[in-house]
Amino acid sequence: MSAPRPYTLIAEITYRCPLHCVYCSNPTSYREHASEMKTDDWLRVLDEAAALGVVQTHFTGGEPLARSDLEALVERAHARGMYTNLVTSGVPFDRARFEALAARGLDHVQVSFQGADAASSRNFADADVSDQKLAAARAARELDLALTVNVVLHRGNLDQVPDIVALAERLGADRLELANVQFHGFAFENRGALMPTREGLERARDVAVAAKERLRGKMDVLFVKPDHFSEHPRACMDGWARRFVQVIPDGTVVPCHAATTIRSLEFERVSAERSLGEIWETSPALAAFRGDAWMPEPCRSCDRKAIDFGGCRCQAYALLGDAALTDPACRLSPQNDAIARAREELPRRFLFRGLADKDR
Amino acid sequence: MSATHPKLARRARLRFDEREQKHMLLYPERGLLLNASAAAIVELCDGTRTVDEIVEALASASGAPRDRIAADVAALLASLGDKGLVE
Repeated sequence: MSAPRPYTLIAEITYRCPLHCVYCSNPTSYREHASEMKTDDWLRVLDEAAALGVVQTHFTGGEPLARSDLEALVERAHARGMYTNLVTSGVPFDRARFEALAARGLDHVQVSFQGADAASSRNFADADVSDQKLAAARAARELDLALTVNVVLHRGNLDQVPDIVALAERLGADRLELANVQFHGFAFENRGALMPTREGLERARDVAVAAKERLRGKMDVLFVKPDHFSEHPRACMDGWARRFVQVIPDGTVVPCHAATTIRSLEFERVSAERSLGEIWETSPALAAFRGDAWMPEPCRSCDRKAIDFGGCRCQAYALLGDAALTDPACRLSPQNDAIARAREELPRRFLFRGLADKDR
Repeated sequence: MSATHPKLARRARLRFDEREQKHMLLYPERGLLLNASAAAIVELCDGTRTVDEIVEALASASGAPRDRIAADVAALLASLGDKGLVE
């Protein structure tokens, strides 16, 4: 099949980060891809993305503020007509940089919080950074940038949801993303300790639904579905290499954050000789799970195959060792019990991302 | 419903998409493709016109029945207002 139009570029410009989040979605093997493309390479990627039809760019990482050329990259994306999103921890907070980013056309800032209180960032990111995060969120609003407050939800902070809603309201956020943890990267390693309870999820969802209704038109409240507790899998990335194209720090082109964990696929790197557009159109790894020709049963004959696309390939690989199987999060998967086992996983000590000698 | 002088929210941007030959409304992490009549309405939401003036402008430009245009404008503004895209 011919490649669909990607609307969104996820530019993971660096894997460097001052935080150590226990649920970080970067693969635990991130250091294999941590060498970083130069500014000119990223500028070329942005041009090529615009030519492919991309209209949204997310600058993320790692911590994108760790790169001093972020301003130049935002400026280029804006000049190409893209809506520019900065996905940041807010650390290290520097007001002058936020002003420069706003002046170069940044549209939207997403600031992540570990919970509603200062203790959460110490407990789950091993960093005392709550004040910097609050300052970053306030600066975004003062500079008239759209603001999303993002919190990854897990067993350790799920009961804070009412306070998290109040925090987002106090900060004047346009959006609140309550993102139930997805078990990739460090979150997979830490799944025993992060796994929520069904009762906790139901309470949190009720709070989120009520807040969404109450704040309609003022703040958009998103409650990202927890797929270890659902009948159907997530529509991961809206389908493999379909609407989203992602480039990681060393220039490797992937369909999602976790895809380099699938060792059976070989992803290609952009270069002056091999453009983003060529890779998007012709890379065998990106074609591997596009459309539905690859699907096994029960997906192939399922009436939801155009809704959830067989779920998450990385999850099938991580739990079953084969990326081409139905996501075990689907109740129709013959291996659905792998999810039940994951739910029962016993908590162990946290593996903190990026702390010396602890990463793989 | 919308304010008296509807205006595109600061977080939303309208742009023309060459591929689809349609206007696209971009906002955080999302985009909406607009048909021609929706785009014409959004283009008039610049904070200087009342809803009535927007309807009037569209009616005189298109010659379509005023009632139908008024209903279309109200429906679009309500839906964009729910998304926080017009103020």
